[in-house]
Amino acid sequence: MKKHYDLLMIGGGPAGAIAARTAAKAGLSACIVEKRPAIGAPVRCAEGIGMESLAEFVEPDPCFISAEMQRAAVVAPDGTTMMLDSESAGGKVGYVLDRKVFDRELVWQAAEAGADVAVKTRASAPIMSDGKICGATLEFCGTKTDVMADVVVAADGVESKFSKWCGVDTTVPLREIMSSAQYIVTDIDIDPHCTVFCLGNNVAPQGYLWVFPKGDRTANVGIGISGIKSGNGHRAKDYLDRYMASKFPNGKTIEWIVGGVSVCRPLACTVADGLIIAGDAARVVDPLTGGGIYNAMYTGDLAAKVAIDAIEKGDTSKDALMTYDKQWRESTMGKTIERNYHIKEYMINLTDAKLNAIIQTATSINLKEFSTLQLAKELLKRNPKLILELAVLKNLIT
Amino acid sequence: MLKVHRDICGYCGCCVSVCKEGALELIDAYLEVGPGCTDCGVCAKACPVGALEVGRE
Repeated sequence: MKKHYDLLMIGGGPAGAIAARTAAKAGLSACIVEKRPAIGAPVRCAEGIGMESLAEFVEPDPCFISAEMQRAAVVAPDGTTMMLDSESAGGKVGYVLDRKVFDRELVWQAAEAGADVAVKTRASAPIMSDGKICGATLEFCGTKTDVMADVVVAADGVESKFSKWCGVDTTVPLREIMSSAQYIVTDIDIDPHCTVFCLGNNVAPQGYLWVFPKGDRTANVGIGISGIKSGNGHRAKDYLDRYMASKFPNGKTIEWIVGGVSVCRPLACTVADGLIIAGDAARVVDPLTGGGIYNAMYTGDLAAKVAIDAIEKGDTSKDALMTYDKQWRESTMGKTIERNYHIKEYMINLTDAKLNAIIQTATSINLKEFSTLQLAKELLKRNPKLILELAVLKNLIT
Repeated sequence: MLKVHRDICGYCGCCVSVCKEGALELIDAYLEVGPGCTDCGVCAKACPVGALEVGRE
């Protein structure tokens, strides 16, 4: 490890890896610091991503794709199932990844481009000078090393600490943390190309339960519920265990993971002097779907591009790095987050009866594009009565 | 004083994200509780598995 890098990435997930890859490819020195001893593990993710979203940053490779998705099913509280199919060629809409392999592949690509990587290495404090972040103290097996950087990219995920130490409030409101649990379950009867989303206040209060196939008879079965609905006897794990007992009593759980997913608005400001915050740490997860892989890669890439430009011009102040904040907010990703935040706020207040009514409107929909926006538009087209019901939404999506 | 039931904890960091005081830190597979903890209980509520318990509960 060097004493100074152009870019120092705190966190070796998709945001940190893509930032490092972009910087290294441009000829800058870059280093990824990962506190865990292995890249990609433990997984904290349901692993779903859209086909085109993935291809924007990495060539799809069977080595990190567990399964290809062709359709989705949305299950209402009363059990009514709405099937969503795609009109697109081949009908392939997305993937369920194998994050352990995927994350390693991205870091591999960053390393191949010239980036350094340090695992089991924790950033334990920022190095500040006159209020500017100019590096980090790194700890590896009890040894502390100060590493300087022109720009530090905080890509340290949902449990992010680095930005907080730099004075940025990253606290997720309790009602906007999805308290989550997931099992990889095998030996179960599923449609291996269909993602399933189950809604309802008794199923997953203010969240949803998912079945994301990872093979012919294997799936990620998981749930996220609002932190405000969580408590003794009714935690994410309790809801998931109940679902497992009723739907997959003979399934075999081969992996047990828990996690938190933020569904709040992104941080009010995602830069500081010498610092850019990317991915889950910036709270840029899609508030409606909880999806964060693409947004992490997008912000990681943009963070590096803006940093490269700022370093070239010799100005890495907050003002100079604001380009990053401005650009992602104006991007399709930024606008989708804002729109989906409103849809989420609407959805979480729906009673089970209303959810049933909306889903009964259409038990089968063929979507031109596989997006929540297209879905909402289709629902409105099919049941004009919903326009009154969904008045709030109508303004958002038309 | 916040008690961490380490046999239950899945070291996921969900609690860290909701801690206003910044008192929690996830160091690999170990959840550290710092002196800033006020026993507010927000983390204990958010925990997906019930691994956290505040003294007064």
